[in-house]
Amino acid sequence: MLKMQHLSKVYRTHMVETHALRDFSIHVRDGEFVAVTGPSGSGKTTFLNIAGLLEEFSSGEFWLDGVDVRGLGDDARSKLRNEKIGFIFQGFNLIPDLNLFDNVDVPLRYRGFNAAERKKRIEESLSRVGLSSRMKHYPSELSGGQQQRVAIARALAGSPRLLMADEPTGNLDSLMARGVMELLEEINRAGTTIIMVTHDPELAARAQRNVHVMDGQVTDFDTEPALRVTTRKPDAEAAVA
Amino acid sequence: MFSYYLQLGLRSLRRNPVLTALMVFGIALGIAASMTTLTVMHLMGSDPIPWKSDKLHYVQLDNWSPDRPYNDDGRSPDQVTYRDAVALMEAGKADKQAAMYKLSLPVQPANPELKPFQSLGRVTYADFFAMFEPPFAYGSSWNRDQDAQHARVVVLGRDMNEKLFGGQNSVGKTVRLDGQDYTIVGVLGEWKLRTRYYDLTNGAFADPDDFFMPFTTGIDLKQRSTGNNSCWKEPGDGWDAYLQSDCVWIQMWVQLDSPARLADYKSFIDSYVNEQKKSGRFPRPLNNRLPDVNEWMVDQKVVSSDVKVQTGLGFAFLAVCLVNTIGLLLAKFTRKAGEVGLRRALGASKRDIFTQFLTESGVVGLSGGVLGLVLTGLGLVAVRSLYTDYKSVAQLDWTMIAMTVVLAVAAAVLAGLYPTWRACQVAPAAQLKTQ
Repeated sequence: MLKMQHLSKVYRTHMVETHALRDFSIHVRDGEFVAVTGPSGSGKTTFLNIAGLLEEFSSGEFWLDGVDVRGLGDDARSKLRNEKIGFIFQGFNLIPDLNLFDNVDVPLRYRGFNAAERKKRIEESLSRVGLSSRMKHYPSELSGGQQQRVAIARALAGSPRLLMADEPTGNLDSLMARGVMELLEEINRAGTTIIMVTHDPELAARAQRNVHVMDGQVTDFDTEPALRVTTRKPDAEAAVA
Repeated sequence: MFSYYLQLGLRSLRRNPVLTALMVFGIALGIAASMTTLTVMHLMGSDPIPWKSDKLHYVQLDNWSPDRPYNDDGRSPDQVTYRDAVALMEAGKADKQAAMYKLSLPVQPANPELKPFQSLGRVTYADFFAMFEPPFAYGSSWNRDQDAQHARVVVLGRDMNEKLFGGQNSVGKTVRLDGQDYTIVGVLGEWKLRTRYYDLTNGAFADPDDFFMPFTTGIDLKQRSTGNNSCWKEPGDGWDAYLQSDCVWIQMWVQLDSPARLADYKSFIDSYVNEQKKSGRFPRPLNNRLPDVNEWMVDQKVVSSDVKVQTGLGFAFLAVCLVNTIGLLLAKFTRKAGEVGLRRALGASKRDIFTQFLTESGVVGLSGGVLGLVLTGLGLVAVRSLYTDYKSVAQLDWTMIAMTVVLAVAAAVLAGLYPTWRACQVAPAAQLKTQ
């Protein structure tokens, strides 16, 4: 699903050169649930941003679902991001003046689906996270856990093959966090590849594979991910269904 | 996607009503200032008779003093002498031709309830009506035979007929002007003249004439024109001496239906002047001109430099309003950096963001344009009440209405370019963390 080889990312100012990632190599297979851990400043968010095509990398190679992303223009990167990747953020990142229906609608608009297709997908994905009755509600009317569920519904609505989660439970209490994790596991079991960045070792332990990042390099990873795989459906669309 | 961007734009405007109101009002004010002045300038300078303005030519003959030109820039006098006007009319070389002058006469109404009053009219030839095409409500113009017969006939203007006959058909009735009775042969309808282009020497924005009578009949009255009258040497005593003098006081128009006819007529007036030179007249070098309607309007500076300056100031004010709008849009779009980052993460390209924000700017412009149209209407009402001379040109036409809206949208989109470009530069990753 995702393969990076000898990838580096350097931030340069006129005074300082910072190596956020160096000789970074990782291979995430279809259907895996990978937790990326590491201390603050280790480079895990930079990895997530590059993997999510939100940032460019300085050198190395990167294939996403078989596509070599080097040299892709903004339009192509945006299209790839829209079609292949769903994002879940620590801060939920819902648009406050759009109701749940319209929030989930955002990525589908850029995908170019017609109105009927969008409506079907929005209803299905909100139903999947248990919020179909609150489609006309606004984010401020929901709890943190419910907002994160909306964000997950939004990420799922486009049937992405890869879900990127950045500290998805970081703003939630333990009860809500458990609910969100169970939802992510269910989505993964349905076939969607998940890469989750987290500080929390307990959450990381629930992933099939842990990748530890330190000083911009992968320092430790589980080499036998298949051992922890349970049931899988062929693609993420099944997760919505 | 455009309807989606339009929805987002409208939603965004509703989200910050105060900021939106400031932007819309700013653009509306700038648009109103520029469009009010531009409307006046546009209508002042617009072609008053576009279907034949290139066929109607004003006759200028240079009979002026050998010591100095009539105009500082060397142009010929703005009017012609009685002798030359009559000679050109009698030669009949144009397809249509009309000499004319302005005359003020007292009117003695038949209705005893109306007091006598002074009226301004025009003394001209029958061809005037065919050349300038005023609309007739009743009757028609007199004919060329009546010109030759010095007929006591008159065509009344709409207002005069309204005043004397309550707007009824007065054809066949008589009207007493300066103690003489004239038979009414026609009554004009509403003649929508933005500029009274057939007599620019006596005010381009003067009121329509109250009456028209044959030139020959007017001359019989032995009254001088109440319009401009210029002489470069003493005319001598008495009416006949005045008619034979080199004083210019008559406007002369000809209709020439083709370029060949124009060239022929130019040759004719040159020959005429050369012939006159033999008898000691026309001491200056040959300097005859035949400007068409639009050239004559430019010559006479119908659009004054004051109006041009005012229009320039109006657009300068619009520019100031746009700078203000740029600042407000910048503030608005900067506050939306988080949303931009999120939309980028969810698949929006920079092009999508650019289109979305530019559409939002366009919605601001459209709102400003609609309000600007209302303010422009009020501005023109103010112009009409302050400058009565401009009442015929201080009016919105469909071209200017469309231009107001288009200009407002274009101005707002222009103002939105920089803020939109800035919004597109948002690094999504940075925004997503800070949300």
